[in-house]
Amino acid sequence: MEHYLSLFVKSVFPENLALAFFLGMCTFLALSKNVKTAFSLGIAVTVIQGITVPVNNLIFRYLLQPGALAWLSPELSEQDLGFVGLISYIAVIAAMVQILEMALDRYFPALYNTLGIFLPLITVNCAILGGTLLMVERNMTFADSVVFGWGSGFGWAMAIVVLAGIREKLKYSDVPAGLRGLGITFITVGLMALAFQSFSGIKL
Amino acid sequence: MADPTAQDVLLEPLVKNNPITLQILGLCSSLAVTTNMQTAIVMAISVTLVTACSSAAIAAIRNIIPSSIRIIVQMTVIATMVIVVDQVLQAYAFALSQKLSVFVGLIITNCIVMGRAEAFAMKTGPWLSFLDGIGNGLGYSIVLILVGFVRELTGAGKLFGITILNPVTEGGWYTTNGLMLISPSAFFLIGLLVWLVRTWKPEQMESE
Repeated sequence: MEHYLSLFVKSVFPENLALAFFLGMCTFLALSKNVKTAFSLGIAVTVIQGITVPVNNLIFRYLLQPGALAWLSPELSEQDLGFVGLISYIAVIAAMVQILEMALDRYFPALYNTLGIFLPLITVNCAILGGTLLMVERNMTFADSVVFGWGSGFGWAMAIVVLAGIREKLKYSDVPAGLRGLGITFITVGLMALAFQSFSGIKL
Repeated sequence: MADPTAQDVLLEPLVKNNPITLQILGLCSSLAVTTNMQTAIVMAISVTLVTACSSAAIAAIRNIIPSSIRIIVQMTVIATMVIVVDQVLQAYAFALSQKLSVFVGLIITNCIVMGRAEAFAMKTGPWLSFLDGIGNGLGYSIVLILVGFVRELTGAGKLFGITILNPVTEGGWYTTNGLMLISPSAFFLIGLLVWLVRTWKPEQMESE
């Protein structure tokens, strides 16, 4: 249990996808102008991340890993399908996003109306693919990948909501002309990243 | 854009319409590789090649892609290019590809590649799209290499792994700035770069 808790905290704070690995930066900067939008996007990313990382983990373990096909027939135990990894992961992500979109549309129309426009964007959000690739690189077990998926999604969501909060207040400050907009946002994100780094010493 | 010339397409993205400082594209995967020049340059070359080749390929088949599934088609073309780059790196520069870890794969979701495919290659012929890809890739490379240069020089006192400023730890005089090697510094540097570019070209300022 402690192991999972520690993994969760680690993926939320010191290894925050947005602030430590720069993942999902485009959407992170473009859609953080107000808290409400940021919040909806954050939820969407968390859900997709929580689903795709475990699914890709299964795909990696049972289809792509060197020798993973041994369960089909012994002759295939030499096969290494690692090279089609990237294309399979992105296909899974695109498919998941599409399924989630249809399911929301059918069963939760209210939620669909708020999240709808963000869902297609998530396919090309590097945080999602990045999460999967980090999971593969660290060779996580299935349980680990579930915790890591939800944790990293949650961390990303939290970071974007916090940034949106700051940017809403920034509107009232007197920023030098050339820094207005993008420039000051970068510097704010830098300061946030610095703050998140200070969690790195925590061990549970 | 009415019939852009080859020169415009190639040179505009360098400063005037730089993908990073103006369009906010393509930050996602690559700032983490700017801690030293070597990885920054390899990343820059890879992204430029992938953007140029995938733009050209998509432009060549643009008239037969049904618009409802164009995103998936673009994704597949891009992912194929990235796999090629990844395999080449693993074959000829294994140590380097270990260092770049997941970030080569993440070129797939680099918004520059996708953005150029969607905004330019779907409307223009293959040759111009290829140049547009090169141009945007170079615009991106300039920023990446600049940030990499500053970070490696001030953070470790080295360039390409060769000591330039002799650090205190090895009996020299230069106190290395550890902050430059962790992620926040990249944000600060790009923030300052944006400020610099906008002071130089005031028409890029945002009226917020």
